[in-house]
Amino acid sequence: MTAQLISLFATETFEVPANIAFSIIAIFMVIAAIRVVTTDNVVHAALWLMVVLGGVGLNFLLLQAEFLAMTQFLIYLGAIIVLFLFGVMLTRAPLGRSDNLDNKQRPIGIVVGLLVLGLVSYAVIKTFGSDKLDFSAYDGSQAVAGNNRTQALSDAIFSQYLIPFEVISVLLLAALIGAIVIARRD
Amino acid sequence: MTTVLAADWAYWQETLVKVGLGLVAVLLLTGAVVYMYLFKFVSFMQSRLGPMEAGPYGSMQLLAEVGKWLQKEDIFTENSDRIVFGLAPAIVMSSTFLMFVVIPAGPNAVISDLGTGIYYVLAMSSIATIGILSAGWASANKYSLMGGLRAAGQLIAYELPLVLAVVGVVIQVGSLNLQDIVHAQSDGAIFGWSGIGNPFILTQFVGFLIFLIAVQAELTQSPFDMPIAESELVGGYQVEYTGIRFLVFFIAEFATAVGFAAVASTLFLGGWALPADWASASTMHWLGPIVISAKAVLLVGVVFWVRFSLPRFREDQLQQLAWKFLIPVALLNIVVTGILKVAF
Repeated sequence: MTAQLISLFATETFEVPANIAFSIIAIFMVIAAIRVVTTDNVVHAALWLMVVLGGVGLNFLLLQAEFLAMTQFLIYLGAIIVLFLFGVMLTRAPLGRSDNLDNKQRPIGIVVGLLVLGLVSYAVIKTFGSDKLDFSAYDGSQAVAGNNRTQALSDAIFSQYLIPFEVISVLLLAALIGAIVIARRD
Repeated sequence: MTTVLAADWAYWQETLVKVGLGLVAVLLLTGAVVYMYLFKFVSFMQSRLGPMEAGPYGSMQLLAEVGKWLQKEDIFTENSDRIVFGLAPAIVMSSTFLMFVVIPAGPNAVISDLGTGIYYVLAMSSIATIGILSAGWASANKYSLMGGLRAAGQLIAYELPLVLAVVGVVIQVGSLNLQDIVHAQSDGAIFGWSGIGNPFILTQFVGFLIFLIAVQAELTQSPFDMPIAESELVGGYQVEYTGIRFLVFFIAEFATAVGFAAVASTLFLGGWALPADWASASTMHWLGPIVISAKAVLLVGVVFWVRFSLPRFREDQLQQLAWKFLIPVALLNIVVTGILKVAF
């Protein structure tokens, strides 16, 4: 048994450690996600959300999507969570328990949650069901591999997907201007 | 399996040694910087001697201070949120130390040579803001909360020029990897003359200045020290921290200074490399760490020089400097660099 385990870990592929790491991260993410909606303190909810979003970044790393992972850390941890905390602390962030954070929409929430889970699972399994990630490409020369992957990503964005990319930029700009217009009613 | 010091080590052994050596190097440099600049340099600028009692010329003063902090009582204020209050210094500290993972100190002397090098550094350094905000909130003290909010507003504002200033260098090199950036500078040439390589401080001087200003603000050093403005907020988000938790904030502050200085010297001053063929590749294995340490310590000196020379900005002046001056100039720098890159 032990020998089998050792031989399992000694293989050149990255698959087994990656699966174990994914399980650990996933457990932490699920617990944190549940705590986001059940905790009775707004700031704690934001901090639990930080754990969830950080876990997403770690999962990107496991899938060897280095650039995506760093973007996840920079944008979601470094900017969005900080803005959440900033906004919450500027307006209303009492220490200790708050009793008015819950509402009576739990059944609807559960239904919507399950529907989204089903839809996303269906879409993912339908699209990538039988695909397998090639972990044998992982040979230790991370710099070269990672750089090539980042290059491939940027090449794809700026050639094949240039128009969707530009459309998203304009959409985000419109959302930004819209937010300013709504916020400034003078 | 890679060869370190002519010995075949497993991956975990190698990682352990690298992390250990990295920690020692960072803490040594941080201690040296605190002694040289915070104790002695500022004393010289203010016409006083500074610490003289502990060790020759007070050189053991820092150890005495650390000993003092370690034996102090670990106080939680009565209304504080104990868990968040305790975790906040850890978040700031890990953000600081994770920065150093990709900074190269020699041809092989890097903990992990990530392909996204500089992007990783910026991502990790931005996480410290969460720690500072939650420290300010969990202290249950309005001065702390105001300090935390000021810090967050400032760090968000100066994150942008920091990132945008780096883009110019990345465009010139065509890679995010820090080793590639170092090699591009040491192998480069100025109009065909390769005497000193091509340090990007020459071609990206605007980017270098913006980077240094943004670093000054990210470190919340004067003139950008409103988050801990002692005459208004007592000590900002650090007010309620004592003992070892304050020590962690203190180390993180100066280790971040060393980290950003090392990043700046890698991006703009040629990193661990000496240009062209001044030293053979095998020499650089031991000379490289010395070269980058010297450059980093020099840049931290600039940070402290500015810190002790300029008075504090007003809050609105600080935000205007970032949004109305630094970001437009950084964007212009990117456009010009891009056009020149395509033209040549």
